[in-house]
Amino acid sequence: MSETTLTHPLVDGPVGPGCKKVDPIVVADGVVRRFGGNTAVSVDHVEIPRGRITALIGPNGAGKTTFFNLLTGFDKPNEGDWSFNGQKLGNVPAFKVARRGMVRTFQLTKSLGRLTVLQNMLLGATKQPGENLFAALLKPLWRSREEEITVRADDLLRRFKLDAKREDYAASLSGGQRKLLEMARALMSEPELVMLDEPMAGVNPALTQSLLGHIKELKNDGTSVLFVEHDMHMVRHISDWVIVMAEGKVVAEGPPETVMDDPAVIDAYLGAHHDTDLGDMIEQKSVTERARRVEAKEASLADD
Amino acid sequence: MDFLFVINQALGVALSPTTAAYALAAIGIGVHFGYAGLLNFGQAGFMAIGAYAFGITTLSLDFPFPLAFLSAIVASVVFALILGIPTLRLRADYLAIVTIAAAEIVRYIVSTTGLSSVTGGASGLSAFARSFQSFNPLPGGSYGFGPWTYSRAEFWVFLWGWGLVAIATVIVWLLMRSPWGRVVKGIREDEDAVRSLGKNVYAYKMQALVLGGVFGSLAGVIFILPRAIQPTNYATTLTFFTWTILLLGGAATVFGPIIGSMIFWVLLVLTEGVIGGLVRADVITFLDTTQAGQIRFVLLGLALILLVVFRPQGIFGNKKELSFNV
Repeated sequence: MSETTLTHPLVDGPVGPGCKKVDPIVVADGVVRRFGGNTAVSVDHVEIPRGRITALIGPNGAGKTTFFNLLTGFDKPNEGDWSFNGQKLGNVPAFKVARRGMVRTFQLTKSLGRLTVLQNMLLGATKQPGENLFAALLKPLWRSREEEITVRADDLLRRFKLDAKREDYAASLSGGQRKLLEMARALMSEPELVMLDEPMAGVNPALTQSLLGHIKELKNDGTSVLFVEHDMHMVRHISDWVIVMAEGKVVAEGPPETVMDDPAVIDAYLGAHHDTDLGDMIEQKSVTERARRVEAKEASLADD
Repeated sequence: MDFLFVINQALGVALSPTTAAYALAAIGIGVHFGYAGLLNFGQAGFMAIGAYAFGITTLSLDFPFPLAFLSAIVASVVFALILGIPTLRLRADYLAIVTIAAAEIVRYIVSTTGLSSVTGGASGLSAFARSFQSFNPLPGGSYGFGPWTYSRAEFWVFLWGWGLVAIATVIVWLLMRSPWGRVVKGIREDEDAVRSLGKNVYAYKMQALVLGGVFGSLAGVIFILPRAIQPTNYATTLTFFTWTILLLGGAATVFGPIIGSMIFWVLLVLTEGVIGGLVRADVITFLDTTQAGQIRFVLLGLALILLVVFRPQGIFGNKKELSFNV
């Protein structure tokens, strides 16, 4: 496979780590982040295609979340620069990154517990004049905008099946519902690029299906998506492009079909068992473990 | 022992300007802690800044009352900026440490002998209320009834004290139902989440710090109008009294600080009257009258612990919105 030069409609030139895209939304160059002596991220060049769903995969500690934090301004790199929509984004604070249309979610869900679901949603909206300290005192200045964004929030809540929870405190939601809320909240500002950090972690299978649907819908609406995920079935199922990171570097990229069959990627990350049903493995493990425990118990009884 | 006198005194203190001053200071930390999640343990410092700015500009610079009042506001804004600029980018705990230290620094500075020509040193300042009273439009005579009878001068202080409390309460109510309040409450819950939604968290925290600080400073002005400025009043105990009041009423509530302050002061006066009365009547023989005055603070500490354990949301707080697990 490595001998033949691959091409792809998203790519300008041959496919490979750091390849040029026809229409990139994010372009990162020489981004390096060190923690003490550890180099967590060292990405030479990477481009994220516009209007597509891109998956960022890699083993634990590959630097995926750190790279996410850097791109969104939540962390500062030691070196490097990147652009979003052609505008330089290096050293821009996180809130300005979000305002430019690049909104993220977090691996550990950050729902605002003591605000209601609706308030959580409204907080995601932009251009609310009532968020100014002085304008806030005069309701007529912000009432009409509030009504507009409430309509949008209700619409999103219906799509994410959270409308029944509208007036509840976000703290009362289940873990999966919080994931949904966080994603819906990120969409309030109609971002151009949504960055989802492990959107499926801790979400039950039924909800996973609807989340997948939502992410696909985003693409249909013209939003670009970049997500970090460990669930390979999901990556295979919805992504148009896959970028593989290992030890802070981009080691491979390509369409899901080819990347996930790349022996180097399987070696580095997926392991031999990536297509086995996890349930079977766990069952097997627990059976052997139980047997081991019974043996140990018998042995200790025999000692008495 | 004269129960009627004790009750009369307790009812009187419920509406005293001092109670108003404590309520206003508690409204200030309500904005800080209850809504924005900022741990300000230096409200006594803000009160001292307000009191001294008012006193010094009146006595040393001959400012008329409105200008001195404005100086108190400006001074607290500057103080809040000095505290906030280095700390608000850091984790919440740092603000707590810096504010508690800054309040002590203020207290030590105003009581140094080197500055006694300006601050009065350890003996403080007095006779600064003349300009304030010169703006008093009320005709002579007495105002109110029963335990709430005031002279002309006292009633002028009363009007300003409770008037400022009312204005602060309306401002807090207006703000907290607005999108601004939503952002600030979001920051209390998780500032990174709010940052990821495109809000300038640092600016909001600064605004909240300044607003609550101005309320604290004006509380300092109200506090000194019926008395002299004493540097010893601005020790950390003052801060913790305002915290007790806030938690008693409910941290993220509009009326909590006012009712909290009234209950706090009525209870202090009642317990002092009852325990002191019992000591004087030789019913309690193991305490002397000075100890009787101190024991109520022991009881107060106990009450605060019980409150935090059994009703962390305070009297007015929403049970679902526990305001204590920061």
